[in-house]
Amino acid sequence: MEILLAILVGLLYASGIYMILRRSLVKLIIGIILLGNGANLLIFLLGRITKGLPPIIPENSKVFLEAYADPVPQALILTAIVISFGLQSFAIILVKRAHKVVRTDDLDEMNATDEDS
Amino acid sequence: MKTIILRTASNYLLPVLLLFSIFILLRGHYLPGGGFVGGLIAAIAFVLHSFANGLKNTKSLLRFHPGFLMPTGLALSFFSGLSPMIFAGDPFMTGLWYHGHVPVLGSIGSAMFFDMGVYLVVVGVTLTIIFTISEAP
Amino acid sequence: MMQQLIIYPLLFQLFLSIVLMFFWNKISAQKVISITGSAIAVILSAYVFYYVWENGMQKVNAGNWDAPFGIVFVADTLSVTLVLLTSLSGLAVSIFSAASVIKDRLRFGYFPIFHFLLLGLTGAFLTGDLFNLYVWFEIIIISSFVLITIGGEKAQLEGAVKYFTLNILASTIFLTAIAVLYGLTGSLNMADLAGKVAAVENRGLVEVAAILFLIGFGTKASIFPLYFWLPASYHTPPAAVSAIFGGLLTKLGVYALIRVFTLIFVGDVFLGEILLVLAILTIFSGGVGALVQNNVRKVFSYLIICHIGYMIAGLGMFTEIAITGVIFYLIHDIMVKTNLFMVSGLIFKIKSSNSMRALGGFYANYPKLSLLIFIPLFSLVGIPPLSGFWPKISLIGEGFKTENYWTVAAIIFASFITLIIIAKLWAEVFWKDPKEIPEKPKFEYFSDISKARKTQFILPIVFLSLISLYIGFGAEHIQLLSSRIANELMNSQQYIDTVLNNS
Repeated sequence: MEILLAILVGLLYASGIYMILRRSLVKLIIGIILLGNGANLLIFLLGRITKGLPPIIPENSKVFLEAYADPVPQALILTAIVISFGLQSFAIILVKRAHKVVRTDDLDEMNATDEDS
Repeated sequence: MKTIILRTASNYLLPVLLLFSIFILLRGHYLPGGGFVGGLIAAIAFVLHSFANGLKNTKSLLRFHPGFLMPTGLALSFFSGLSPMIFAGDPFMTGLWYHGHVPVLGSIGSAMFFDMGVYLVVVGVTLTIIFTISEAP
Repeated sequence: MMQQLIIYPLLFQLFLSIVLMFFWNKISAQKVISITGSAIAVILSAYVFYYVWENGMQKVNAGNWDAPFGIVFVADTLSVTLVLLTSLSGLAVSIFSAASVIKDRLRFGYFPIFHFLLLGLTGAFLTGDLFNLYVWFEIIIISSFVLITIGGEKAQLEGAVKYFTLNILASTIFLTAIAVLYGLTGSLNMADLAGKVAAVENRGLVEVAAILFLIGFGTKASIFPLYFWLPASYHTPPAAVSAIFGGLLTKLGVYALIRVFTLIFVGDVFLGEILLVLAILTIFSGGVGALVQNNVRKVFSYLIICHIGYMIAGLGMFTEIAITGVIFYLIHDIMVKTNLFMVSGLIFKIKSSNSMRALGGFYANYPKLSLLIFIPLFSLVGIPPLSGFWPKISLIGEGFKTENYWTVAAIIFASFITLIIIAKLWAEVFWKDPKEIPEKPKFEYFSDISKARKTQFILPIVFLSLISLYIGFGAEHIQLLSSRIANELMNSQQYIDTVLNNS
């Protein structure tokens, strides 16, 4: 399972960065989404994958009685997902606006910022 | 997508989905669920309604701009985080609990109001985003 | 209530942005709330600064969960100094925005977003938890995306696409680094990590995590091969937005680098050498880039990059005096860079252009204003006794002592090149014979606006120039402050004890 997930994370990172390097704006967004998912999966993978109960100590005990799952990676992933949700929706609107104003999808033609003025 | 089936179904689904979203919101204390998921479900209810009946009708159904939910929810969360500092002298966002049994809700704590704030913010943000995307020419 | 004093600046900024959101459509009310609120924030942060200066480091366990399990907010002297500087820049830029940003932009929630940005900065400086730092970074970049695109002009959107892509990439790399570090140690609290990282046996992976942090924060701080987003985007938004970006956002990256490399990854020789090499290249590329630019704001953008190099160099040398220089430079740079971008906005308002070729005759037309602008410009160069001079002494002296002659050469080179650039700018914009710039038909010139708004334009520049003068002439106070911060950073045990002591 770990090996499979590790390969998947690697694939997501690689394809994400490949997509970001393309010149099309839409592919840029796809790349960002893939990269974000890769990072989330990586947190999940590195937080150790265990089958276990919620980390709650029973009332009549001082220690965990059974194997428990680490809740921190789950909280981290949830936070990261919420953040990437916001960022990605912003990205989509930004690209839509940019396309409307600049009238191109090609990053190479976006060079108004380098003009001498 | 103005089919009669979807339109009729969405009219019935809207209250059901809203009720379900509140169920998910309140369930979030001990079981999977919570403000974020609940808020998304509520937003989906309105989005479905706008698919079937058009954006204008959904907006008139809402009566106020969904953006207004954002500061309201933020304020609710902010004051629920602030309440332990004011009432108990504990650090920011410490849980304050009312230890009696309340029907339906279980027990009431400041965390619940925080979650409600999150719910409102998520509904507001999601609807604003989706309305903006679908409105822009 | 007193022991939670240190998070009051943070809570106050949040409160301010919520109140401002309720006044979404009432712009004049927003202006009043933003300016008075920023003034109150300055008083609050000044009090917190005084409190920490007198009583030493403070911490708050958010939610009453003990460190290392919960999120902590830690106020050491570095944090409170930066919070104070943030609120000072915030006040200046808030006044400046009220006068300079046009109504069409203010309508889209400029002020609430601006205070969310300040909230993010305050939070990032105060937090003691790595993942929480990531969250504050995200709050900052989302707010900055909105501020950079507000208005939606062509150049702005193109700049925003570049700014957006590289910043998101940096955040993802930062998140990856956190994942690796969590997998290695099982902790996210920075003080707790300091001990646990030192005990990890797999040094290779620790090095990988350190480099990932360097890349993530380095992109945000715009160090050598990762700075290309900065000159492509910082000159596109309104001057008020550039001011807060140029003053604080890149410095946040520097702050994160300082925090991580003095607390978690300490004493790594390999890393120190990488930092030194990157610093030299950053100084060189920023300086040469600034030399060939013609737009005033682009010149300032490249100078940001050039001067980030100083701070990275000091961090690479990693001695107490070098860190003192870094902190001093950080304090000076935040004030001066914020001021300079506001100056560029003022020049644009008066002449409707920012091109050095087109400008001229500023000194003949506005002699008093030119003398005022002289202060930040030549503070940046560091002509003694102005503020940029003092930290360089520490840095150059320490460079000789640790035998990093290339670094010394780079710092001296950068000082010269800054002098050349500023002298050129002074000659072109202020002394050259005035040129006829064709009047823009719909542009509202400085001479047309009311006296109250003119004051709003000039007041923040006067305010920050006075602070710059204080940093220059009261250098012994700032030096004392910086050396205390450097001492705290070099002896991180004090920080660790404060955080992990759960009495």
